[in-house]
Amino acid sequence: MMSDRIFGLIVLFVALAYIVGATQIQTSFLSDPVGSKTFPMMIGAIAGLCGLVMMIRPDPDPEWPAGRTFFALLIAVAVLVAYAFALKPFGFIFPTAVAAGVLSYQLSPRAGPAALSGVGLSVGLFIVFKFALGLGLIPFPEGFLG
Amino acid sequence: MDIIDNLILGFSVALTPFTLFLAVVGCFLGTIIGALPGLGPSNGVAILIPITFSLGLDATSALVLMTSVYYGAMYGGRISSILLNIPGDEPALMTTLDGYPMAKQGRAGEALVLSGVASFVGAFLATLGLILLAPVLAEVAYSFGPAEYFALYLLAFCTLGGMSSNNQAKSALAACLGLGISMIGVDNSSGMERFTGGNLHLMDGIDFLVAIVGLFAIAEVFFFIESHGKSSSIGIKLEKVVIPWKSIMETKWVMLRSSLLGFVAGVLPGAGASLGSFMAYMSEKAIAGEKGGFGTGVPKGVAAPEAGNNAAAGGALVPMLTLGVPGSGTTAVLLALLMTLNITPGPTLFAERPEVVWGLIASLLIANVVLLLMNVPMVKIFVRVLQVPPWILLPGVTMVSFVGIYSLSGSYFDLLLMVGFGILGYALRKLDIPTVPVILGILLGSNMEDALRRAMVIADGEFTYLFSSPIAIGLWIAAIVGFVAPMFLRNILKKPQRITD
Repeated sequence: MMSDRIFGLIVLFVALAYIVGATQIQTSFLSDPVGSKTFPMMIGAIAGLCGLVMMIRPDPDPEWPAGRTFFALLIAVAVLVAYAFALKPFGFIFPTAVAAGVLSYQLSPRAGPAALSGVGLSVGLFIVFKFALGLGLIPFPEGFLG
Repeated sequence: MDIIDNLILGFSVALTPFTLFLAVVGCFLGTIIGALPGLGPSNGVAILIPITFSLGLDATSALVLMTSVYYGAMYGGRISSILLNIPGDEPALMTTLDGYPMAKQGRAGEALVLSGVASFVGAFLATLGLILLAPVLAEVAYSFGPAEYFALYLLAFCTLGGMSSNNQAKSALAACLGLGISMIGVDNSSGMERFTGGNLHLMDGIDFLVAIVGLFAIAEVFFFIESHGKSSSIGIKLEKVVIPWKSIMETKWVMLRSSLLGFVAGVLPGAGASLGSFMAYMSEKAIAGEKGGFGTGVPKGVAAPEAGNNAAAGGALVPMLTLGVPGSGTTAVLLALLMTLNITPGPTLFAERPEVVWGLIASLLIANVVLLLMNVPMVKIFVRVLQVPPWILLPGVTMVSFVGIYSLSGSYFDLLLMVGFGILGYALRKLDIPTVPVILGILLGSNMEDALRRAMVIADGEFTYLFSSPIAIGLWIAAIVGFVAPMFLRNILKKPQRITD
């Protein structure tokens, strides 16, 4: 009940912000009867309506992850975000090994197999992508091998 | 005979050694992807698109490869349904109802071969239907103007929401979310930017591939972490595999009926494979009656949904190729593939690029035969794939997704966006909001707006133009019925629940 109500309220606010954003779109000399504002405003209006319906007639609550599971999900998100930033400056091998290892540990908390699967996936995928498929990946940061 | 000529053209494209090789590789990969629990046709095809694109294959080769993966994943989905009671995707849910009980009785091999044959029959008949129906529909589609296209897009969103969701407001919201995201970037008609907030990365809009991989693959990773990979428990052992001629002969009419039903369900825009397998199973259950024993592990209960499911997958290609409107989540992903390859589906595709269309159709027929030959004797190899532990599989899937998206643009921004879509997909699925309409919205948003604006330019702002032709009126009525009717049918057509042990 509460989940749908809260989400409906968020949707309503986002939809209103979207409509306000649509009114700010600059028009150019190329114009047509509909213009560049109408369609986004229609979408915003319908989305807002859906948000209202969700608040009035909510479905039963789902089971949200709590405690350790929630923490594990947070770590997973943090790892993925860090991985996104690290891929360019640090090359493919190291960030992939670390990220895959941590994710593996999140699924099955045993350090040894997790570390192995991280390194294995990193090296294995690099070989597949670079040599079998010919994608232009950089294995190590520049200047790492002298 | 036009069709024969076209098929000859198609086979001349598809039977070159290289395309044949791609079809075999695609079928093999697809079956593995389908068999892996948690990886279905949609997210399997989704994570492979960026990589295929980066390989620089030409349009026909890329299409052959990915449609083989698509058909292969539809075949492979039954393996985890039957042995583990885990449907790889929604349409495969119906196969678990009788497939898993059969496996528990020690008839896993029989169920696997029978469902393989049923898949073949369904997919083969649907491909024949596609050959006959698609050119006709392409002819009709020539008379579609912007008003008709606008109504057609609306119909797709309405039926997709109506059929596949439990809550009309939530599916409409999902469609709006997708459409809203598709507005981001430079407006095609006026050249002004919209909703970019001055961010340079957003000027080109949000790449639909980023959204698809995020919503499907990354969200799946989060679900796996939440369940700690528990769901892929040890399944049932597979004993000797023999070809069950008796069951195959017994179920031949079931397969034919289910294929027909599935194909019709697949052709309806927005309905897709879930409806196909559901309708096939329910109607066969009704025909067999109480004595049929559906749900306890009968061969008919395996053959019906598999034939229906695969026939619907073929049927869904009809509106996708002729009108550019996908009928299911996976065909939405295939539409994304076409758009990545700069192929615009629609009636002009049949006239201007016949080698693409007919090469695709010929490779579907080839893929289907390859899959049958591959799946019956080699089923043991694919079963072994199920034993890959999730703590290797899931990080692997994540890394492949990252590399794919990274190789498209080389920018960290797209990767962050992908993680963001993953979180969004997780939250939406938790709240029982379907994610397929979001994808469809992102894919079709700018086309839908263009159709509306062009219609209004033609009619000089007179909105009644939208309802001015019989086709348009028909589509509007179908859209409204498709959205409203399921609210009343929901109590009558209750979906069977998954069996748990």
